Amino acid sequence: MPVTTVLGKVVRRAALARGGGSAFPGLFVERLDPSYVRRVLATLPRGVVVVSGTNGKTTTTKIVVDLLESQGLRVFTNRTGSNFVRGVAAALLGAVDVRGHLPADIAVLELDEAHAVHFVKEIAPRYCLLLNVMRDQLDRFGEIDHTARMLQSIARATTEAVVVNRDDPRLGAQVFAEGITGPTLRSYGTSAALSASFPSDDNLYGGSEGAPHPAPATYVDDTQLDSVEGDRAEISYAGGSHSAHLMLTGVYNVLNATAAIALTRAVLGGDLREPQMLEALSKVRPAFGRGETLQIDGQTCAMVLVKNPAGFRLALSSYDPADTATMIAINDNYADGRDMSWLWDVDFASLRAGGVTTVAGVRAYDMALRLRYDDVPVGVVTPDPERAVEEFLRSTTGQDKRIYCTYTAMLAIRKVLGTKGALDKVVA
Amino acid sequence: MSRPVRILQLYPRDMNIYGDWGNTLVLKQRLAWHGYDPEVLDYNPGDAFPDDVDLIVGGGGQDSGQIVIVDDLQKLGPRLHDLAEADVPMLLVCGLYQLFGHHFDTVDGRRLPGIGLLDVHTVGGTTRLIGNITTRHPDVGDLVGYENHSGKTYLGAGAQPLATVVQGAGNNGEDNTEGARHRNVLGTYLHGSVLPKNPRLADRLLAQAVDNRYGEFSPGAVDDRYADQARRVAMSRPR
Repeated sequence: MPVTTVLGKVVRRAALARGGGSAFPGLFVERLDPSYVRRVLATLPRGVVVVSGTNGKTTTTKIVVDLLESQGLRVFTNRTGSNFVRGVAAALLGAVDVRGHLPADIAVLELDEAHAVHFVKEIAPRYCLLLNVMRDQLDRFGEIDHTARMLQSIARATTEAVVVNRDDPRLGAQVFAEGITGPTLRSYGTSAALSASFPSDDNLYGGSEGAPHPAPATYVDDTQLDSVEGDRAEISYAGGSHSAHLMLTGVYNVLNATAAIALTRAVLGGDLREPQMLEALSKVRPAFGRGETLQIDGQTCAMVLVKNPAGFRLALSSYDPADTATMIAINDNYADGRDMSWLWDVDFASLRAGGVTTVAGVRAYDMALRLRYDDVPVGVVTPDPERAVEEFLRSTTGQDKRIYCTYTAMLAIRKVLGTKGALDKVVA
Repeated sequence: MSRPVRILQLYPRDMNIYGDWGNTLVLKQRLAWHGYDPEVLDYNPGDAFPDDVDLIVGGGGQDSGQIVIVDDLQKLGPRLHDLAEADVPMLLVCGLYQLFGHHFDTVDGRRLPGIGLLDVHTVGGTTRLIGNITTRHPDVGDLVGYENHSGKTYLGAGAQPLATVVQGAGNNGEDNTEGARHRNVLGTYLHGSVLPKNPRLADRLLAQAVDNRYGEFSPGAVDDRYADQARRVAMSRPR
């Protein structure tokens, strides 16, 4: 272990010096010592938590980490956003000391569905949190029933407790629960009053109404989001209702916070210190590029990452476009997904009144075409996101701004905003 | 003067996997832009089939969605054959394209019966044929889109291909054909969706539908600049 650690750290330092990403040192370790990640993680006294699902992994993982830290736990996580196995290896190299010792009590890992399936064969998680199954990257996964089966295999490999979103028609189904016999099943979800704010994939596609339903009887515990008003949420568990203030925007992020509470309760059990958890919840900031709000020349500029139709629709229903200049940037690089079909599954009518000032990205014309068919007025259309955002900022002086963007477009836009010093002033 | 044209969506609940709504929306909007009054009707399993239908669109589904609709589609078969012989235009993408053929043999050995309106049959494959695709249609030029299917479709002697493959896999990745047609019934693996970026194909379907009903079609002027540019970009992207 020390040999791999030292060599890995050398490679990591070299890669960082060259401005490289996190994957290469991870690949190096994977080749040199394939069981390295398993052996290091096996030393953690409270084991491994895997967070997976289509939407909200990064934000939820961040909240889970903050909540567990509020309980005095030392948490290792793959913060870089590189959620492949070798991304975990790379993150480990940054965290271990030279003797290969990981100074942490528990690991919280965000893993993409397909990678998680392989990861859990190597390393059985003690806990997992499964968020939802939406149409996303069908160019990779084929169909959503297949995605649900991948999440089920993660749950089956879990040893202690599985926490699932009971309102998701696939994860909350009796048949899903029946396939999981080892770990304890726990759930989270919303009150009936909130169901309209959280359409399931089936609702989005004209399928049967997926009204919130109680978890199957085999579930031992439930955490429920009862109401959201402004920045205040009411969340109930263990027979009591709890009020929390949140800095997170977007109703779906409040549901992610509910999921994180359910998971934290599963990990801590009777040792949970509730005031500390709620205090930490009120201080959680949005994850990188996910609903971050920046301050630019006295106006706010919100960045909203959109990766799939469900996420885009939830974002549009979460944020009021009135009095806000809107930009949309759509790339189709590998990390974004090459298939543009999903833009046709998003209803853009809510942008009709104010229009979209700037449309950018490799697929700017696909996006502009989509908006045209929803009768949404479009201003400038230009493929280069960096030039587009410069122009967008110039042309909307004095207005609040919101930028919806795919992953690689977000990176490009963030670079431009970074040069304006705006990123140091995250306000929410 | 009101000039209604009725578009029927076939099985939107179960056969609407990814972007299929785009085709309906394009037909609906272009009808309005051409000066007609579109009406969109849904047909799901067990519904009464409407009397007046000018144009039919159907999309793709998961394997589970196909199993839900396959019996209902069998009952609808004779009706759809009659409509096809009456020159009603239909556009079937992916899953319903497969089930408008003779049969679909799944990877796990089941045979899903089709309605045989198109002289094709489909065999489930183990690798998915996925990526940006460009094909050439004999009349409307290049058709661009995105394909994502594991079924491989083979044309019988009675089917014409819709287009020939320029870049991509098409029906089966072997014979360079894409899609199939019989009269005005078109099957294709292009989703993406197919009609937004191929407005000439959309207008052909509309012209036939309107002509059937009113005896003539007088198109309006539609601005397709974004579509033209989106097509160019799509053709230049990696598979």
